[in-house]
Amino acid sequence: MALLEVGELGVVFTRKGRRDVVAVNGVSFSVEPGQTVGLVGESGCGKSVTSLAILGLLPKRGVRTSGTVHFDGRNLLAMSTSALRDMRGRDIAMVFQDPMSSLNPVIPIGLQVTEVLSRHRGMKGEPARKEAAEALERVGIPDPTRRLKDYPHQLSGGMRQRALIAMALACQPRLLIADEPTTALDVTIQAQILELLRELVEESGTALIMITHDLGVVAGLCDTVNVMYAGRIVESASRYELFGVPRHPYTGGLLASIPRLDQPRDVPLNPIPGSPSDTLPWDSACAFAPRCANRVDVCTTESPQLEPDDARPDHLLRCFNPLPVPAYEEVGR
Amino acid sequence: MTASVAQRQSSSGAEGETLLEVRDLTVHFPIKQGVLIDRQVGAVRAVDGVDLDVARGQTFGLVGESGCGKSTLGRAVLRLVEPTGGTVTFDGVDVSSLRGEDLRRMRRRMQMIFQDPMSSLDPRQSVESVLTEPLRAHDIKPGDSGYSGRVRELLDVVGLPASAASRYPHEFSGGQRQRIGIARAIALNPDLIIADEPVSALDVSIQAQVVNLLEELQERFGLTYLVIAHDLAVVRHISETIAVMYLGTIVEKSPSESLYLEPLHPYTIALMSAVPIPDPRVEERRERILLVGDLPSPANPPDGCRFHTRCPFRQPTRCHDERPALRELRPDRLVACHYAEEIQTGQITPDESSHDPHATQLALDSTAPSAADQSAADQSATHPDEGSPSSFDTMPGTRYRDVGGE
Repeated sequence: MALLEVGELGVVFTRKGRRDVVAVNGVSFSVEPGQTVGLVGESGCGKSVTSLAILGLLPKRGVRTSGTVHFDGRNLLAMSTSALRDMRGRDIAMVFQDPMSSLNPVIPIGLQVTEVLSRHRGMKGEPARKEAAEALERVGIPDPTRRLKDYPHQLSGGMRQRALIAMALACQPRLLIADEPTTALDVTIQAQILELLRELVEESGTALIMITHDLGVVAGLCDTVNVMYAGRIVESASRYELFGVPRHPYTGGLLASIPRLDQPRDVPLNPIPGSPSDTLPWDSACAFAPRCANRVDVCTTESPQLEPDDARPDHLLRCFNPLPVPAYEEVGR
Repeated sequence: MTASVAQRQSSSGAEGETLLEVRDLTVHFPIKQGVLIDRQVGAVRAVDGVDLDVARGQTFGLVGESGCGKSTLGRAVLRLVEPTGGTVTFDGVDVSSLRGEDLRRMRRRMQMIFQDPMSSLDPRQSVESVLTEPLRAHDIKPGDSGYSGRVRELLDVVGLPASAASRYPHEFSGGQRQRIGIARAIALNPDLIIADEPVSALDVSIQAQVVNLLEELQERFGLTYLVIAHDLAVVRHISETIAVMYLGTIVEKSPSESLYLEPLHPYTIALMSAVPIPDPRVEERRERILLVGDLPSPANPPDGCRFHTRCPFRQPTRCHDERPALRELRPDRLVACHYAEEIQTGQITPDESSHDPHATQLALDSTAPSAADQSAADQSATHPDEGSPSSFDTMPGTRYRDVGGE
């Protein structure tokens, strides 16, 4: 059985006197123990809202959540607040994008790590400090015992992100959700953090949900990739499939619009026209249709469903007129 | 617009000559202490002795991590921050000695595009006002069609509808705002545009639109760009020449194609290997050189080679006590490393600890084509994509260096 099973998750932001904003719409995916799953998309596609909804971190007021989120057989969306709190940090942990704003600036790092330990494992005093130092050491922070007394501002960006990962992994959770964990970092530091995540996942068998906009990060890390657009998953496949044979015009378009270091310099970039805000409502059309080069008539009148590709049952696709398989020759290059 | 640009171009020099020459530029920010008397106790050496030559009509890329001084360098060229030393010569005029009105006049020919299109536009200023302000400031008569005609022209050039003129920045998306920023920069028909991270605040699908727009404008108006960015792939795509900065100095300068094919400086090698490539098959086979630690403080830079504290190729002699000069290793290729030749020939290999053993293993595999093919086949066996075309072996330009051997 899957460790995490997200079924038809929907999140709607409501405000009096305004139209409802559908942030996430019928998102389903599952995560097996030890698996790394990627959620990719541009800003506003609902990838972060999905992760917050899984952990129940969205505010109660003004938010309507629907669907199911089963973790280990229990529906997180139906759980009481206190039961959820017991779970967060112990079974499911999260690493956020900006390490500065997710650490408390007036509390030393050590105390922030031991807080998790005392909350979930009842550890106190010297044993807790020792465990915290070990947690920091595991993520490659040099001289961890001394670092325990440091405040977040005394650490560099990469070190802060490591400290956050140490906090997240302190209780050996079974699922780690990383929301753009390297976006605020430099490439060389990004490489360090990705390597660290790769190692930790391999060693501890923790399942990982990686949320990012960077296709390169996904290519090196994730087993399965879900591409999101305007609140829905539009393509879902193994990374070899997705990067090798992208079928959805959006995925293909993204791959064609980024310059790649391993290709000749003069390969022209083919941007996706328009902007992510030019969408049609999913209920009656394909949201990507206004920007899509493969658009056919039915795209603006009917809503496409996420269905397995004919030849490949594991490759899910939400498109009426997908890229032909050999289109990889043009798109992937 | 085209008429006025053509006029301008005929008056300016030929393509290829040096438009911007920077010599030994330094920018130090003082660190002060004391209550009544300001005592200077040190300096942040943001830019520390940089030489640059930017040819007319070309794009010069400046890459480096945050804190390496690349933005300060760009601002110092325009004298938006005052350089501590060195000279900036623009089209034969020493910009660093200009003052007052002369400097202001000169700035007309050098414009800037900023990173964050929201914070670099005044939220209370309409687009028309944003685009005409530079014209008014420099007393430029708008021609027959008036200011509004010129605004329409500019909007058209950057791909925005004429109706945008009466609207305000918040009504636009990020990509459109960046287009407004670009229209403002080209409003005065400048010769040089300094673009500081022009696309890094934009969504992936929008980045390519702006990159293409910049290239199109360069072709149309003969612009010269100095592009400052941290994204190596973007910089390589648009620049002819790239300089790599580390802690206030340039460590390597090279034509962009050869920089990628054969990085010479250890920092460049590490930087290249850290950039993720959106192809899992390439990602798995790449050699990854991980740098340990963080950028040292520019207030207290290491002695000798500034990179030696993180360098995986560090040698026991010279690196820690002798500062390497930028020297010409081969034609057009400058590098600041004592051991660049030995690293290039493989006589010096990176320290094992900086290596991801997994990647090393794969890199070793790749030296024996049959073994590599086998492992690739194994991978695809678990994923049903045998039928899919694979450019795995023909991927151009990818280096798989033999790390352990030689």
